Amino acid sequence: MSTDNNNHSAEGEDEGHIAVAHHPSYGTNILVWIGLLSLTSITVAVAGINLGSLALTVALIIATVKSFFVMNFFMHVKFDNKVLKIFIGVCLLIFIIVLILTFFDLTFRY
Amino acid sequence: MSKPTDTASASEEIHVVHIHRDDFGSKMGMWLFLFTEILLFGGLFILYAGYRFIHPDGFAAAAAELDVLMGAINTVVLLTSSLTVVLAIVALQKNNKKLCFFFLWVTIACGLLFLLNKYFEYSAKFHHGIYPKGPALQDMSEGEVLYFGLYFVMTGLHGLHIIVGLAFIGVVMWQIKKDLITSTNFQKLENSGLYWHLVDIIWIFLFPLLYLIH
Repeated sequence: MSTDNNNHSAEGEDEGHIAVAHHPSYGTNILVWIGLLSLTSITVAVAGINLGSLALTVALIIATVKSFFVMNFFMHVKFDNKVLKIFIGVCLLIFIIVLILTFFDLTFRY
Repeated sequence: MSKPTDTASASEEIHVVHIHRDDFGSKMGMWLFLFTEILLFGGLFILYAGYRFIHPDGFAAAAAELDVLMGAINTVVLLTSSLTVVLAIVALQKNNKKLCFFFLWVTIACGLLFLLNKYFEYSAKFHHGIYPKGPALQDMSEGEVLYFGLYFVMTGLHGLHIIVGLAFIGVVMWQIKKDLITSTNFQKLENSGLYWHLVDIIWIFLFPLLYLIH
């Protein structure tokens, strides 16, 4: 898979800044969609079980996995170059840092 | 943006002049805009997290008012619309314009179905006096009032994004029809897809956080 990606990015560089079609075809995307639907039904099913404080964690983990699939396959991030991946990573990191800092405040205050 | 069309229509001779085109720059610009969207909704998610942390019982009680089935249907509808956008890109890349249009029309239908469901959901809430400053909120606890405030702001802002996304896809469809977007020049379609998928991702988080609290 990784060599495959390298080939793709190399192709992209050869073509300059003109985007070339090297995205997965219909089948892969439909498989990802089926996976996303399954994860949705799992979220709904799990919410019915009384997991207590774990319920939120499980729901968030499933939502994160779903977003990961949407970003990598539907938004083609998996096939994008490194710069874009780093940009996205930094943006998400900033969000997570602010979230964690908020909870430092909240846990000590309440 | 209008440069390629101007040059193309002006005369055939000018056609050989190198037309500046930077698909990666276009994509990067779209992503930079999406980052601002992530931080916009991110702020609301942090607000939600903070208030839910302080009022866990109020949030659980208020969330029980929501229809899980409606939320689940809308999740499936949005996931399907995301699939059809990406399939439209594949179809265009394969130079199958007709199939591309079919998938984009399905996407628009899914977006409208989502908004229709939201309309029914909002109507049911309004009917029960649940809306900002509504009568039902007078008897509720602080946590419940905060929950419904966040519910309307977050789903309302998300709904606006669905409308903008539909308009974006509509413009892109018109450009495909006019051959301004083609199998070798598809970045604008891809960008409209990126926007649509981001709106889908936001819903992926909104659904469990707003509907599935016990």
